[in-house]
Amino acid sequence: MTISAPTLEIGVLVLGLFVLLVEAFAPRIEKRKLAFTAIFGLVAVLAASFFLAPAPVDVATTGFWDFYAADPLAIFFKRFALVTTILVLVMMIDYAPIVRQSIHGMTHQSGLGEFFALPIFTCVGLMWMASAVDFVMIFVSLELVTVSFYVLVSFTRRNPATLEAGVKYLILSALSTGFLVYGITWIFGVTGETNLARVTAVLANPAIETVPALFGMVLVLIALGFKIAAVPFQMWVPDVYQGAPTPVTAFLSVGSKAAGFVVLLRVLQPFFTLPQMERLLTVMALLTLIYGNLAALPQNNLKRLLAYSSIAHAGYLLIGVVSLAGEAISFYLVAYLLMTLLSFAVLIAVAKQTGDNIEDFNGLAKRSPFLAFAMLIAMASLAGVPFTAGFLGKFFIFDAALRHDQTTLIVVGVITVACGFYYYLKVVRAMYWEVSAIDTAVPVSGLSRLTMAAMIAGIIFLGVYPQPVLNALRPPISQPAVTAHP
Amino acid sequence: MILLFIVFLPIAAALAILCGAPARRTALWGAGLTLAATLLAYLAFETGQRGFQFVTSCAVSSDWRINFTLGLDGLSLMMVLLTAVVTLAAIWFTGEIAQQEHAFYACLLFIAGGALGAFASLDLFFFYAFHELALIPTFLLIGIWGSGNRQTAAWKITIYLATGSFILLIGLIMLYRSVPEAARSFDFRELQKAASLGLIPADAQGNIYLVLLIGFGILVSLFPFHTWAPAAYASAPAPAAMLHAGVLKKFGLYGLLRLALPLLPEGAEQWSTLLLVLLLGNIIYVGLVTIAQKRLDWMLGYSSVMHMGYIFLGIASGTLLGTNGAAVLIFAHGVSIALLFGIAGEIRQRTGTLVLADLGGLGKVMPRAGLAFGLAAFASIGLPGFANFTGEVMVLFGTFRNGASPEGFNIYQIATVLALWGVVISAVYMLRAYRSVFMGAIRESWSGGTDLRRSLRVPIGILVAVSLWFGFFPQSFIRKVSPTFKSYFTTK
Repeated sequence: MTISAPTLEIGVLVLGLFVLLVEAFAPRIEKRKLAFTAIFGLVAVLAASFFLAPAPVDVATTGFWDFYAADPLAIFFKRFALVTTILVLVMMIDYAPIVRQSIHGMTHQSGLGEFFALPIFTCVGLMWMASAVDFVMIFVSLELVTVSFYVLVSFTRRNPATLEAGVKYLILSALSTGFLVYGITWIFGVTGETNLARVTAVLANPAIETVPALFGMVLVLIALGFKIAAVPFQMWVPDVYQGAPTPVTAFLSVGSKAAGFVVLLRVLQPFFTLPQMERLLTVMALLTLIYGNLAALPQNNLKRLLAYSSIAHAGYLLIGVVSLAGEAISFYLVAYLLMTLLSFAVLIAVAKQTGDNIEDFNGLAKRSPFLAFAMLIAMASLAGVPFTAGFLGKFFIFDAALRHDQTTLIVVGVITVACGFYYYLKVVRAMYWEVSAIDTAVPVSGLSRLTMAAMIAGIIFLGVYPQPVLNALRPPISQPAVTAHP
Repeated sequence: MILLFIVFLPIAAALAILCGAPARRTALWGAGLTLAATLLAYLAFETGQRGFQFVTSCAVSSDWRINFTLGLDGLSLMMVLLTAVVTLAAIWFTGEIAQQEHAFYACLLFIAGGALGAFASLDLFFFYAFHELALIPTFLLIGIWGSGNRQTAAWKITIYLATGSFILLIGLIMLYRSVPEAARSFDFRELQKAASLGLIPADAQGNIYLVLLIGFGILVSLFPFHTWAPAAYASAPAPAAMLHAGVLKKFGLYGLLRLALPLLPEGAEQWSTLLLVLLLGNIIYVGLVTIAQKRLDWMLGYSSVMHMGYIFLGIASGTLLGTNGAAVLIFAHGVSIALLFGIAGEIRQRTGTLVLADLGGLGKVMPRAGLAFGLAAFASIGLPGFANFTGEVMVLFGTFRNGASPEGFNIYQIATVLALWGVVISAVYMLRAYRSVFMGAIRESWSGGTDLRRSLRVPIGILVAVSLWFGFFPQSFIRKVSPTFKSYFTTK
């Protein structure tokens, strides 16, 4: 049985509509069931993604489907989006009581249905984005993601911090969308095309004027810089991350960032022959590395710390972009997904009991050894300790940078890694050194415990054996040669 | 197979302890069995053969040609033996742990397992990764169970070592990349083959060597990157200091002997002057700093930094004799410093202070501790009969011999002459420390103190016996390691 790639998105879209309709027409239903339905449906789509018909080797540049690529990179990031959404939904189930507190409605469940349904639509957007090879398509899918995030970020709107986060996200996001559209217009004006492959072909013509196209590209870069939280377009990150409901923050920091990088990789391809582009990106990477890591040092709130850490990781990923290392970036993002979501999952559990400042983690090792261990693994991986996926991610990135002789980036990268050890281990210190007044264990549901254990296993497994991820990124052409055994 | 057992036994024991096995008993059994298996490997090892023995391998990443490969040659065999001996001693020395006893033993075993894995790995990736396994346990050991200014010390060692190891990582990737695509591998044997074919270009060697020297140098506390070491060892609980100063710190020296000398001979030559100057900083400058110390733990920490200078001198010597001496000295220093830190920890437990001016007369109530400390101090000074003496003599003779000519002194000879003064310096501070701790009048409050636990005679006996054995029969050590080093110098 084989399926064509767009079926996956359609499946997820139908799932989202179904959940929404059930929510609307069966108000009495227990909302957690909706979340379980969504998780189940997404797992089914994820399973289906392994039965895809092998895509044609060349991306069709004509016909209706020329905006859509189903190459290994696209498939890989579709699965990435699905896994992220599933994990976020698991966190949302845990987070539901807090949502309930901040929405006053008729019943104790009102509002929860949308809370569980919206991520599915974000997921559809992320999946489209992974396949988008046309500027129009990129814009539409990006908007689908952003609009659903507008709602999600300000979901617990009775909390002033959340409201602030929502407004900031809305305004700055809309601004960046403006940049994106304007940039696309310029590129279209020069090349007369919106399809990336054809834009490449036109730009290869030496007679064409590159400066206006480059200007357009810089505008697009600004918009994408906003999505991936690169300096100097990062100012929204700390406040929005801190104010948004925690599962949404997790979603934002993983899903939105990963999609941004996929689009960046695709969009940059036509322009990378121009030397100015590389210099610009190098500067951006340097600023992001330095700002993200230095600003994270004094943070006392874990959500805010993770916000700065997400900026810092965007810096490492940008090193990969400058070095044109798609494989390294993809692996890094997988590692980033596991370790970030794991730390947010622990954060949600602990914050329910005490709070989300680092000192609220004091003595966690005694209260809940499992949660402390999970956080230890997440922090070790974020810092880049070997035998965790985070280390291999940095390893691949630094290797790519060395291949391209990016000496400055490497030197700054190594120094900032050392900063990272400080602020990630601050959390470890709180959990293991400090003592706390509370000595009751943090309650964790069985499902979250299971997903946390799975993420720990994933971090360590990929830290020792990265080959599955690397294989998934490779075109399946080599497979017949292997299987064609006599 | 036996290597898999040696490397994973401590880690398995650590996991078992974390899962609730009785901490001290499991840890002792784990360390004891590891030592037994190492002795077995030592006996089964075919001395005098070149190449690696007991090789086991499994593929990890075909794209990167990373394999999990374990194997021993004479040099790594001795390093593994050192680790096994010191680990058992460190765990045996561990006394009552007030809080989180399980985590304490698990951390110690993780450090030991990491060191064993690093020394037994033939693959650069795992060589590096295993060493890093110790990073977080060290942080926790100093942070949770440390004394004095433990916060600062824990941060300092962790950030220094993290920086050092990432610099090292860059160096290793540079090394990997310097070889042409077809011969590229993380396997040490493949790299050596490529190097002997001259595939590592000379101009690249200089850069790679410098990066590796800084990376490894930070890990070994090469002057001027040494300031983390005394602070960390002073604050760490005694078993952690024993393991770290005795074994883990030797990783960087082992790395230079294992990688830099055979793969980057031209790079080593290019930077030899720099290395000689820095190591004289270790011997003379840090030596003088050691004399000025007012606390026993800081003094021991600085002395361990100072003695690294001699080992670096052996590495820089460029002769077979000196390189052999460096290997002997690595082993000898690991044993003696472990014993010194162990005894210092016992003293701290009884007196609550290690300020030299406050201590005194402890020889009366702790004669066994006095004897053990004395032996270790003599070993550390380099008294004949102990392995340290053998190592230092070989290093000094070997360095002096490099390029010797009747016309005058070259830089190696000047360095040797200056380094000789270090022997005097270490005699000064060690003997002064011994006098102020064990001789003289004793404070009233400590006069009822107890001597070392009787059972501690076992680890002390093992450490002293090993040092004396290789001091009296250095040939048994050199026969193991020299086939490795001979291949470095025949290609020249």
